[in-house]
This record gives sequence, structure tokens and C-alpha cells, in this order.
Amino acid sequence: MQSEVVLDMQGISKSFPGVKALSDVQLTLREGEVHALMGENGAGKSTLMKILFGMYTRDCGIIKLDGKEVELNGTLDSLEHGVSMIHQELSPVLHRSVAENIWLGREPVKGLLKLVDHDKMWADTKGLLERLDLEIDPREHMVSLTVAQMQMIEIAKAVSYNAKIIIMDEPSSSLTDKEVGHLFEIIRKLKGQGVAIVYISHKMDEIFEIADTITVFRDGQYISSVPARETNQSKLIKMMVGRELNKMFTREDHTIGEDMLKVEGLSLEKRFEDVSFDVKKGEIFGIAGLVGAGRTELVETLFGVRSKSAGHIYIKGKHVHIKSPDHAKKNGMALLTEDRRQSGLSLMLSVEDNTAVANMDSYVGGGNLLEVARLKKEAKEECKKIRVKTPTMTEPIGNLSGGNQQKVLLARWLLTKPDILFLDEPTRGIDVGAKAEIYKLISMFAQEGKTVIMVSSEMPELLGMCDRILVMHEGRNKGILDRNDASQEAIMSLALQKH
Amino acid sequence: MANTTASAEMLPTESSKQKQLKSLISKYGIYFAFIGLVIFMSAMHPAFLTVTNILNIIRQVTSIGLIALGVTIIIITRGIDLSSGSVLALVSVVAASLAQNPDWHAKMYPSLPALPVIVPILAALAIGSLCGAINGAFVAKTGIPPFIATLGMMIVARGAALIYSDGRPVSDLNDSYNFIGQGEIFGIPFPVILFIIMALISWILLNRTRFGKYAYSIGGNEQAAFVSGINVAKYKILVYTFGGFLAGMAGLVLSARISSGQPGLGNMFELDAIAAATIGGVSHAGGIGTIQGTVVGALIIGVLNNGLDLLNVSAYWQQIIKGSIIVAAVVFDMRKNARKN
Ligand SMILES: Nc1ncnc2c1ncn2[C@@H]1O[C@H](COP(=O)(O)OP(=O)(O)OP(=O)(O)O)[C@@H](O)[C@H]1O
Ligand SMILES: [Mg+2]
Repeated sequence: MQSEVVLDMQGISKSFPGVKALSDVQLTLREGEVHALMGENGAGKSTLMKILFGMYTRDCGIIKLDGKEVELNGTLDSLEHGVSMIHQELSPVLHRSVAENIWLGREPVKGLLKLVDHDKMWADTKGLLERLDLEIDPREHMVSLTVAQMQMIEIAKAVSYNAKIIIMDEPSSSLTDKEVGHLFEIIRKLKGQGVAIVYISHKMDEIFEIADTITVFRDGQYISSVPARETNQSKLIKMMVGRELNKMFTREDHTIGEDMLKVEGLSLEKRFEDVSFDVKKGEIFGIAGLVGAGRTELVETLFGVRSKSAGHIYIKGKHVHIKSPDHAKKNGMALLTEDRRQSGLSLMLSVEDNTAVANMDSYVGGGNLLEVARLKKEAKEECKKIRVKTPTMTEPIGNLSGGNQQKVLLARWLLTKPDILFLDEPTRGIDVGAKAEIYKLISMFAQEGKTVIMVSSEMPELLGMCDRILVMHEGRNKGILDRNDASQEAIMSLALQKH
Repeated sequence: MANTTASAEMLPTESSKQKQLKSLISKYGIYFAFIGLVIFMSAMHPAFLTVTNILNIIRQVTSIGLIALGVTIIIITRGIDLSSGSVLALVSVVAASLAQNPDWHAKMYPSLPALPVIVPILAALAIGSLCGAINGAFVAKTGIPPFIATLGMMIVARGAALIYSDGRPVSDLNDSYNFIGQGEIFGIPFPVILFIIMALISWILLNRTRFGKYAYSIGGNEQAAFVSGINVAKYKILVYTFGGFLAGMAGLVLSARISSGQPGLGNMFELDAIAAATIGGVSHAGGIGTIQGTVVGALIIGVLNNGLDLLNVSAYWQQIIKGSIIVAAVVFDMRKNARKN
């Protein structure tokens, strides 16, 4: 016996200037189910959810909640109807407490003067967090929480609205495996309470672990809805990309040459200590470890974003002092950063400018003027190469889907033709098809005798692509595994090994 | 994988045509508003739409316009410059003191021989640039808010102008200097020519050089610009220096027009310049703005000043009207940006 339908969306369409983001799609949600929404980057998943959450108005279509047709104008409307959303990008008020963040804009008040009733707020928050088995102090400021904890707070906030439907747009993209485990426990708990959950993710294994039903979109169109039990990974991929994807990881034959980068005793105060390794020309070098192991800080230090407290760096045998990213770039390095909002994108600028920004030096022509035609051409070609989906190159990048924004950032750095390419979580939020493309690009890049250094929390990606993998734990180099010895277990045992 | 890039096969539907019209209006709203204003003024007063009056309007807005060009780029980097009016004054007294007629009895440097006009010009541009560079250095190197850094310069430069001139006007300037503000080439006032040239140069800088691309990028997301290997400090200093340079040029033009350098000159010009840029669509959140927008913004201010004068609107009412228009322009701009979603 199937449970009751809580949400029924039919015939929904939505266009933006130059893009038909959704055309005639549908979604049916049942009480207590986890419903995965899948599709390539730009397929329209976030757009549909933003319509449901009252952020966008649909061009046409019907939305029924509990069998009744509703109009959702604005997020308050949706919250009132029991719909809540956890966004792809979090935006907490950092210097306020957990409790204040949860009750922001609807603080409990008391007395004539309507002063904020802090006692009630602390107590309510405590109860709420307990209900979700979260061990976080309501008085703690958001800044001191990890990304995962912030995410949990967002979920708690959603629950506090007595939401019957919770939308989670790529909630796991910045979580570690363990944190994802915790997230799933919470999801199961909510499910038991009859809450329906829309779960958007590009990670197949997660989908099959948590989802009851899977709905697939492609290019703004509804493809189908299937019970998770009745499908499998390759069927799903075929539905998403419209063809078979025979190979995930490409590893072209590449010869490993002389030293490219050599790091000796590199340290950054309080973050990592005494890290040494060397990477060869033509090598794909992975850096594994749990979140907080100091991997991001390590590559940022190598790239001059942070200044090292000790150690030496050699490029092609030459001792270098990297003082800034500017300087690192001149030494043939490139860094795709982990956090695309913070340190990657200029949201209001065009796709073109976001692509070309790191490569401006090479477009300077006569009279110090930029060769704009060449800039436009090269930016466009690079974006095309990795299949960025955008209506035009002058579209503000903020209008692109999350995965496509990530691809633009990759294009930005490939355009600079670096010798050493640092990639920090390169495929975060990127769909399967595009992932395979990116792996192919990485492999071709190495084949040309260049070096790739890749930080990733996705084990299969490291194991599938890397020649060697450095494992870090709490800011220390725990060992370097050769491709042939590397396995998930080997990495984990190094990562968790006590000194 | 179908449409990877442009989805040209998608024919515009009725509703998307309407949307296109809407986006056209919001994109070019400022230009429509300007044309509307000109038509309105022409209908209200026969003397408005004459060549003499038009040139007059442009001549009157050149000082503010020059400053506005610089402040546009500064605001694009998410900064602000409050010092330009004072810098203009400082520049005017220093440049004037180097351009006085030799036989003038109240000459500032009695023994100074007649100098070629290039001397005061270079001095003016150098002082303006230096003030700007100091602004930029404080903003870039100490991290204090641009508002504070340039507020300091605003007060300091005004003080310096008063000290230098001892609070008095520096007058009786030579003809070649006066040409900068009063001369004409082929019947076009020299300041107007200067403004057009500087607007073109600013446009080129902003759209055709690294300097401009980096200005947008820094304003769009400074951390991202830094990580993309942009020398953020250097370019910030350059941006403020260019702003100071233009304030210096405005000082030259204005003192030459009235044939006198005065420590009280340019009072509140920075605000009119910021208003011109803002009306022209520059976003104080950074990363957005164009030179052509600012030029039209400056012209709107000029047309308002001139037209309201012609219509005998009292100076007091003019302030109220101008203030309202600035706020209305920004509200319109915000709505336009909000409507995107
Ligand atoms: N505010 C907007 N303005 C213009 N176009 C937009 C806007 N939001 C989304 N789009 C376009 O709509 C399409 C669908 O985007 P959406 O964000 O829904 O994709 P998605 O399926 O969530 O992708 P991803 O997996 O990359 O997050 C994209 O082509 C995108 O460029
Ligand atoms: Mg999305």
C-alpha cells in the first residue's frame, strides 16, 4: 500500500532569457519518502526546487499540496505550507549563535515590549537539536561550527518550521563520508516522522543508499520516475545522459619524467607540519585525508594564498619563493579552489570574464591593449571543450547551474596552460557525464608531460586517476601510496593511524 | 548531450518576447530616461535645445564628469572616493600659483618668472595622482575602509589647499592657462573636448585593458581575484591614482574657467560625481558599472541643473529634485537586479 501523495507538480515550465530551464516537468512526492532528483548540470533540478520553495515563479503548471492547488509567492508562503529548503550554498549569519540563526526573523518574544525571550529560544533549540540527535550547543556561534554542523543546523531550522517537505539541494557536496552517514541517520529519522524529502545529488552510491524513488530530468525535461530498487547505476546514467557511459576513468598512457615539484619540510602554523614530497612531470598525484587534515591549506600554501612558516619549494629543480598567487601563476602553477563562492566566482560578471580573468596577461597586445577578439574566442573554445552549458558567453555566471559554474572555473585555469595544476575537489557538484569528461582532460593534461595534484574526498576518483596518493592526517604526511598498493582500506588505515 | 552551449533553436515565445522588451528597458532605462528628460526640457523652454546651450551644459558638467569617470572605476572595485572635491581645490591653488601673470601685484611668488603652461599642468596632474595614490595605498595596504581613507584625504587636502593659499583666491592667471577652461577648438569648448577624450580613455581602460578587467574582478569578488593571481593591492592603488589624476584635471579645468584657483572650490563635487555614477548604473556592491552610463548620469545632472535654472526653479527646490532623482535611480536599479530572479 503506497502512502499518501503530499506534493504533486504537473506541467511546470520555466524560462529565463535565452534558456528554457524547465519544460512541462512533473514531480510527485509521497509522505515519508526520500525522493532523489537527478540529472546533468543545468538539467533544471535546482530551478524546480526553487519554484517549489517560492523563490522563482513558474511560467505555467499546477502545484498541489495535500491534494489542494496552491500558489507559492515567496518563501514565506512555502514555509507556511510546510515546504522547507536547504540550499546548494549555505548562508548562515556567522557571528550569531546557533539558536539565533534557527529562529532568525521569528524569535520568540515576551512581555509588553516584545523583548526576545532568550530562555525560551535556548530551550526550544535544545529540544530541537535533541530531537535530531545533534550534539551542538545552541549558544555556540556559527563561525565555530564545521560545514557539516552548519548543514545540520539548516536541517534543524527546516524541521523547526514543522516542514512536511524538506528539499536538500546537494547537501553532501562538502561533507565527509562520516558526516554523510550522520546526515542519513537524520534523514531516516525525519522519514520515520512522515516527512518527505527531496534529495539532489550527483553521487550515485548515496542515491542508492538513501532514495526510495528516483526522478530523472534531462535538459529541462522530465524523463521518468522509478523506484530505486528497480534500477541500477548504469540504467540511471543512461537516463540522465541519454547514452551509455562506458568508461568513468580515463587514464591515457603517460610517461612519468623528471622532477616537476619538490616540497621539503613545508609547514604552516597550526595547520600542517613538515610535509615533504615530490611530484614528477606527467604524474597525477593525489592528496587524500579527512576534512580538516590540512589538504586545502597545503595546496593553498604551495600556491601562495597563504604564507608558509617553514620549508622549501623547488620547481623543476629551482628553489622558488612563492609569495602570492600572482607569483605562483608566473611560475606555471594553477589552483582550482575548493570553495567556488568564496574564492572562485565573481557572480555578477560574465561567463567570459570569469573564464579569462586568470589569463589576461597573455591577451595583452600592442599599446598594452587587450586583444579582445582573441580573448573571446579562446574563452569560448575552452568552455566548449568542457561542455559548459550557458545561453551566451556574456551571461552573468551567477545564472548558471552549480555544476556549470564549477566547469567555468576549471576552464579558467586550463586556459592559463599551467605546468602544475592543483585541483581541490575538482568534481564537486559535477554530473557523471561531465565528470568522465574532466577525468579525460586531466589525463590528457598529464600525457602532455604536465603535473596534476589533486585533493579529493572522493576515494574512487583518487584511486581511479592517481599515480600516487599522499595521505594526510591532522596536518601530517602519513605516507605516500603507490597506485598498485592503493585501496580504500589502505588510505583509511593511514589516515586514521595514530603516531 | 544536446545543446551544450547556445540554445539557438529555441524560438522566442510570446512571453519571452515581452521579457526581452522588459530587459531591454531595464538595461537601457537610463538612456531612455535621459532622452525623455531632454524632450521634456525642450518642450518646456525654447532656449534649451540650442547648440550654445548644449555646449554650455556639457562645459558645466565637465569638472563633475571628469571626477565621475574616476569614481566610477573606484566604485566598480567596491570602493569610494570622497576626497576628489578637496583634491580639486588643492590642485587649483597650486596650479594657479604657477600660472599667474608676472606683473600681477598680489602674486603668490613675486619673483617667479612666467612659466610655460606645461608646468602648472604637470604639477596639477602630479598632485592629483599623488593624492589618489595615497588613498589607494591606505585602502590596499592597511585594509581600512575606502570611506574612511578618502574621508581623511578629503579633510587633509582641503586643509592643505587653505594653508597653501592662505585662504585666499589665487588669481590673474595667464591666457594660455585660461585656455584650458575657456578656449575653443573649432567652436567646441576645450573642456568639452577634454571630457570626451578622457571618457574615451576611461572606456578603453575599463574595457580593453587588464586594469579594467581586474577592476571588475576585484569588485566582483576580491578573494577570487587574489586567488586568480591578480595583484590586488597594485591594481587598487592604480585605480585610486587614476581617480586622483582625473580630480587633478578637473581642478585645472575649473580654475582655468574662472581664471582663479580657490581653496573653497569643488565643495561637494565628490557627491555630485558619485551621484552621476550611481544614476548611470554603477553598483556600490562592486563589479557593475559602465563609462557610458556614467557619462549619461553626468549629463542628466547637467541637464537638470541647466533646465531647472531655465525654468526658474529655485536653487532650494533643485536640491530636493536632484536628491529624489538619485534615490529613485538606485531604487530602479535594485529592482532591475532583483527582477532577474
Ligand atoms: N536565475 C537564473 N537566470 C538565468 N538562467 C538561470 C537562472 N537559474 C538557472 N538558470 C538556468 O536554468 C538551467 C537550469 O539550472 P539549474 O540550476 O536548475 O540546474 P541544476 O539541474 O540544478 O544543475 P546542477 O546540477 O549543476 O546544480 C541552467 O541552464 C541555468 O543556466
Ligand atoms: Mg543545482
